[in-house]
Amino acid sequence: MISLRHITVQAGGFQLRDLSMEIPTGSHTALMGRTGSGKTTLLEGICGLRSIRSGSIWIGDREVTNLPPGQRGIGLVPQDGALFDHLTVRQHLEFALEVRGWVPERRESRSRELAEWLSLTPLLDRFPAGMSGGERQRVALGRALAFHPPVLCLDEPLSALDDQTRGEIVAVLTEIRNRTGITILHITHNRSEAERLADRILHLRDGRLES
Amino acid sequence: MAGASPLNSRSDTPLSPSVDESRRGLDLGSDRRFLAALILIGGTYVILLLAMVAADLFYTTPGHLWRALGSPEIRYAIRLSLLSCTLTTLLSLWVAVPIGYLMARFEFPGRAFLDALLDIPIVLPPLVIGLSLLILFQTAPLRALETVFPVTYAVPSVILAQFMVACAFAVRTLRTTFAQINPRQEQVAMTLGCNRAQAFWRVVLPAARPGILTAATLAWARALGEFGPILVFSGATRMKTEVLSTTVFLELSVGRLEAAVAVSLLMMGSAVVALLLVRAWGGAGLGGGTSLQHK
Repeated sequence: MISLRHITVQAGGFQLRDLSMEIPTGSHTALMGRTGSGKTTLLEGICGLRSIRSGSIWIGDREVTNLPPGQRGIGLVPQDGALFDHLTVRQHLEFALEVRGWVPERRESRSRELAEWLSLTPLLDRFPAGMSGGERQRVALGRALAFHPPVLCLDEPLSALDDQTRGEIVAVLTEIRNRTGITILHITHNRSEAERLADRILHLRDGRLES
Repeated sequence: MAGASPLNSRSDTPLSPSVDESRRGLDLGSDRRFLAALILIGGTYVILLLAMVAADLFYTTPGHLWRALGSPEIRYAIRLSLLSCTLTTLLSLWVAVPIGYLMARFEFPGRAFLDALLDIPIVLPPLVIGLSLLILFQTAPLRALETVFPVTYAVPSVILAQFMVACAFAVRTLRTTFAQINPRQEQVAMTLGCNRAQAFWRVVLPAARPGILTAATLAWARALGEFGPILVFSGATRMKTEVLSTTVFLELSVGRLEAAVAVSLLMMGSAVVALLLVRAWGGAGLGGGTSLQHK
């Protein structure tokens, strides 16, 4: 469960004030709102990429408000994937594991498992340059999921994709949830995308959350 | 073709005029004249540039070059130039990487002032930089330093004079390079378990590689061409503080034009190689490189 308790987040001159919400474990929650409504700011606050002015953030029974991003147990998939151009797909999948000091054999077996699951096996030794939008998003998902985080944050993961690829990634996201039971917070401004994937839709409007 | 607009079926008079009518009053030949004018104006400069290089090349014979390379003074200047430019480049990168990254990523008080300050070596006349260094080393603390580690009129002064200018160019290049790297990449790395330093080493620095190589090459080429500050701060003592640019000046001042031109050609060759390397590395930080992907 992700629990936000009266948090205030500041981004430049923009502020989200006194927001509270609970996202049940294993749910897929879509967070909708217009451009500029603060969706990404809120996501950054939850991930620890932006400091919280007041209030607290809990993941499960652990308070993460002041923890660095890497210790929160959140996998992040940004809109454009933000892949590392100098790393191969395999190195992407093993990135978090290497930082966390996993031994090479465990890393290898985890990356093989993820690659198989996300249909990335033929791409394992390729670099991101020249990959399709769908392939990039699958790599970004694999990279985020590798270290078994309890929470997955998606920042408009489908917005840059064509219709066919979008269907493919929707299927991948559904499968991820079925297989892992991971809690998903998914930012989007596409209603049909939210309705297809999420079991709960929240709206961020004028700095307030409405369901 | 004259005909009624398909969008306007009830009108008797056609809304779309005939082609002849639509072209009336337009000067369609003017595009060619415009391009010709651009080429003519721009071409003058390019021709002048090529003529300059050609004049140097025709003035020099292999014999001149050979004699220049045989002179112990010029050999010393080549060695000192290579050594000082390389050290300057390393020092410039050492300083420009942190400054470029800080300026590209962080907001802090005095940032605008620092930004302007960092451009001073680029806009200041080079002679003034040399003079300022000379004055700085006349102050008490630095004079004390010079009693144990001589700088002024010695080899370290050559490197310092080159560094003060070359570093500014490296900073400019790296600042643009880091600004062009999507900050989301570092942020993702941090959610994956990296602290800021790890994200920098594992993600930002490898992504900045082409920009770092470009900055290094520019700093090197800039250091090689530095003359004014070296003349003032290091003097022009043969076999001591003589670099290639000093050689050109010294040979010219004693009327040995052939030697001056031969050394100029050496420097020109090095500069061309440096420019080609910058092009090969994609000129990152100079408008090339990854596109900005801010949200």
